[in-house]
Formats: sequence, C-alpha cells, structure tokens
Amino acid sequence: MARIEKVNDITSGIGPVHEPQPLQARDGAAISMHGLTKRFGGMTAVDHIDLEIKKGELFGLLGANGAGKSTIIKMLTTMLKPTAGEARVWGHDVAKERNEVRSSIGVVFQDPAVDSMLTGRENLDFHGRMYGMDGPLRQKRINEVLELVDLTEKADIKMKDYSGGMQRRLEIARGLMHYPHVLFLDEPTLGLDAQTRRYIWQYIRNMNKEKGVTIILTTHYMEEADALCDHVAIIDRGKIVALDTPSNLKDMIGSDTVSLEVQSGAEALMLCLRSFPWIKSTVAANGILELMVDHAQSRIPEIMQEANKCGATITSVGLHKPTLEDVFLKYTGRKIRETGGAASLMGAMMMHRRRG
Amino acid sequence: MKQDLYAIYSIWLREMLRFFRLKSRLFGSIASPFFFLAFLGIGFGNGASMPGIPSGVGYVSFLTPGIIGMTLLFSATFAGLSVLWDREFGFLKEIMVAPVSRIAIVLGRTAGGLTTGILQAVIILVSGILLGMTMPSLAGFLLSLVFMILIAATFIGLGLAFASKMEDMSGFSLIMNFLIFPLFFLSGALFPLDRFPAAIKALAYFNPLTYGVDGLRYSLIGTSALSPVADFGILGVSCVAMLFLGAYLFETTEVR
Repeated sequence: MARIEKVNDITSGIGPVHEPQPLQARDGAAISMHGLTKRFGGMTAVDHIDLEIKKGELFGLLGANGAGKSTIIKMLTTMLKPTAGEARVWGHDVAKERNEVRSSIGVVFQDPAVDSMLTGRENLDFHGRMYGMDGPLRQKRINEVLELVDLTEKADIKMKDYSGGMQRRLEIARGLMHYPHVLFLDEPTLGLDAQTRRYIWQYIRNMNKEKGVTIILTTHYMEEADALCDHVAIIDRGKIVALDTPSNLKDMIGSDTVSLEVQSGAEALMLCLRSFPWIKSTVAANGILELMVDHAQSRIPEIMQEANKCGATITSVGLHKPTLEDVFLKYTGRKIRETGGAASLMGAMMMHRRRG
Repeated sequence: MKQDLYAIYSIWLREMLRFFRLKSRLFGSIASPFFFLAFLGIGFGNGASMPGIPSGVGYVSFLTPGIIGMTLLFSATFAGLSVLWDREFGFLKEIMVAPVSRIAIVLGRTAGGLTTGILQAVIILVSGILLGMTMPSLAGFLLSLVFMILIAATFIGLGLAFASKMEDMSGFSLIMNFLIFPLFFLSGALFPLDRFPAAIKALAYFNPLTYGVDGLRYSLIGTSALSPVADFGILGVSCVAMLFLGAYLFETTEVR
C-alpha cells in the first residue's frame, strides 16, 4: 500500500467529538441493561444484570477473572447474543439494532485484535474504511489518533514488532478513531508495565473528561478502578454485588486501621487508650495492637504520646486505609487476585483477622 | 451501501497485503500443485496415451486443467477457512464489531480469495504450457476464467461454512484429509473418471469440482467428458448454494 502522506493540519488532540445527534439519543442513559443474561451450555456467565450508565460517565466493571465482565462487554458490543433480558446502547437494542449499536461504539477488546502482518497505520486504515471514512478524513483521523497515543513515529512498522504497550495504545487509538459515543475498554492495561499503565490511564481520563466520551471499562485491578472511575459496579459470578462511587464504596468499609507493634506494656497501653472516645475498637493479637480510627493519620501523634505516658514500647506503626480491595473482599468473600504489594497484603491480613 | 462497498474493498485490500507479504504462504500454496503437475506430467510423459483420454490429447494438456482445479480447491477452501485464523488471532472481533453488513464481510473475503486463487491458477496454467500443454485460445482462456471464478467461489463458501461452525483450528487437519483430498482425487483431475468403478464414479458426480475440472478442460483443451453447458449450470448452482450457506452460517456466528 502507498505510504499515506502526512497531512499538515494536525489538530491537537481530538476535535469536537460528537457530531449532532437526534434528540432522543441525547436524552436518557448511554447504556441500560434489564435482566441481561448469558448462559453457555449449563453455565450462567451473566445472571440478570440490571444497570444503567449515564452519558459522559467513566464507569468501571470490577471483578475477578471469569466473573462475567467480558461477557457483558461482548453482549453490549453485539459480539454475543443475550440468552435473556435486553440491553440498549445509545438508545439501540443490542439484539435487534446491531448495526446502529456498532455505529455508536468503539471497542478495545481484552485480547489483541490487530492484524500483526500489517503496520499500525494499515490497521488504522482498515478500521477507517470499515467505518465508512473517505480518504482525506481517514488520513486526518489516523494522524490525530496516532499523535494522541504517541505512535506517529512507529506508524509504519508492522505490528508484530510492536511491544505490548504500543499495541495496546494503537488499539485504543483505533477505538477512538471514528469518534464513538461510547468506548468499551476490556481490561485496557492487562499485562502492561506500571509506566505504560499510567500513560494509558491519562489517555482514558482525557478522553472522558475533555472529549466527553462515555467510557465503560472492565478491570480486575482495584487501583485502576479507584483511580479512573466515576462509578464502579463489582461483579461476582455474573451478578452485580455492589454499585457506587469508589469513595462511597470505601466509606462503607468504615474506619482506618492503625496497627501498633508493641514490644512491652501492651496491656497497659490498651487500658490507657480506652479514654479516647475516637478509638472505635481495639484488638490485640500476637503482640500487635489494632485500633479502628477515623482520619487515623492525624491521630497517630496522640497515640504515640499516650504510649510514652503509659510506658509502652512501640517498635513500629502501620496505617491502613480501606481500599476497593477491602470492598471487594467484603462483598464477595474472596480476594480478587494475587496482591499488589505489602500494603494490600497487610490490609488483607487485617481484614482476615477482623472477620475471624 | 457506500460503507459496505468500502468494507468489501477494505477486506479485499487486507487479503492482498497479507498475501504478498507472507511470501512463505505464497510459495507454499503454489508448491504442491506445481509438484503434482511437474512430476506427474514428466513421469507419465506428454505423449503417452492413457485409456479414457481422447487421442491426440497429451497427458500434460489433460492434467493441467485438473491441477488448476486443485489449486483453486485448496486456495479457496483456505481463504474461507482463514476466518479461523482471524478468530484465533483476534482480528475477527475487529471485523465483526464494525457497522457493516455481514454479507459485505463475506463478499470482501470472497473477493480476496478469488483474486489470490485465480492468480495462483494462472501461474499453474503458465507452468503447464511451459511443460508442454497445448496453447489455449484467447476465447478458451477467457472462458476458463469463468470456470475458475465459479470453482473458487464454491469452495470459499464451503470454507466459510466450516470456519463459522468451528471454534478453533483443531478440526483443520480433519477437513484437509477427509474432505479436501477426497474432493481432489474424486474430481477426475489426475485421470479420467472412467477409470473409477461405477460406484465411485457416481460419487464423483456429487463433487462440484468434477464439473469445474471438466469445464476447464473444455475451455483450455477443447475436450470434455460432459456437456460444458451442464458443467456451467451445475457448478453455477453449487457456487450460489455454497456462498449462501457460507454467508448464512457466518452471519449467525458468535465471537467469544
């Protein structure tokens, strides 16, 4: 294929995203699901989901692998037919108005969906034609989105020579190329290094906040849902078990936990601390004293002073704030995945003890 | 409509880029029909007469249309089955999520398979001529193109039908060994159908490739076992039927 000439008027980022829409499409939800169900043989992957997602939202579906997130996305993107129930995307029924749904959405699938024998630009070119763009428009958009994900330099390399992160960025660029109303991102940062993940988070945030694209993403990374999403639905075994903003979900878990490793005088310290009304509860086990406290970071100095007064020797102090991981554990009774670091491991251990 | 035309072109263009970029595939797919043609043609010799071949027709002349049929059978079935590769490597999702009619997707693939198949068939035809096949007339060559298109479209439809119903590539060798090779051997491509016992010969009449090879022989060397009109009619019907079947099954396919 002829190398596509670079056009001069590269607009910075993406221009006005939405072309004028008919009125009924502007009103109402971006996505609505009623009793949405998918069975594979005897296995129910998605079980009567009722959910509404507003226009302009950045919405997260959080769940472990196999919870049913991808199956929901595949039904919403017309790749799978619902077994029962219905769903509408941008006002169109996913089972009956598939072409209208397809015209309204952009999708970045969990597994790679590029032709690795073609270059990045050729993949975008293919995409542009499939969405009915003529030559000049296609070139303009290709250059726009390449710029957006910093791949202009690598555009003419075959995609089999792309790194995982570059490939992911190209797929996100492709998902945006036809200015969709709704963008689906199925595990957008799965398997990427921390730096690339942050970049991609930034793109996603910009798309949503500056361009007003409604974004639905699935993830099993707690911190990803926490960092990005306006609302989060926790999916477990095909059902929604919790739905709210990340901060509300975390508030439901309750107070922060201060854990004190006490070398001596633990008994005395416990008695002394009883006088503070803001300590909600204390638990002592294996030389570690756990205190449930609101706004714990500003209370630690007082606790340390009190320990000095009581003559207790504290060798270390730990502070744990509730995370979505704790929320997930509370609602599903399971941890979502291998833990990401010492902090969440500590949190999990504490949760375990608290529950026990 | 305009969008569908873009889509057909886009899918065709991709097939072309892939075809010419994957040199190993290009040579790999042309190698086995070429070896059949060269070794059988040289081995049996062009002068030797075989019972059932009209006198005055050399074996290479007789064989070349058969090997063209073989080339088309293999390349077209592969083109149809290439949906499986796209499923395996994920690209099928990118195609299926696009707002274009499913029939446009099928037509794009068919156009791609036709182009690559006929390109290979013409290479085999030229090889046959170099190996001693009598030169076909221009009209004969043009008519043979019609039969080539019908053969290729028939088996692209067949490949699509299988690919739409298969979830992965595990059934691939089964299809090769129990469908494609029998279709090839049962088409009269290598020797006249009269050499078969009556029961097997009857079976050959259910094989679309039999009519394709016979039609190619009529076009290219002016001799055929059946009426060329019958060849054209039966092959045309099977072509339309297979394409519809392939398109229908593809339409209902789900992408997990």
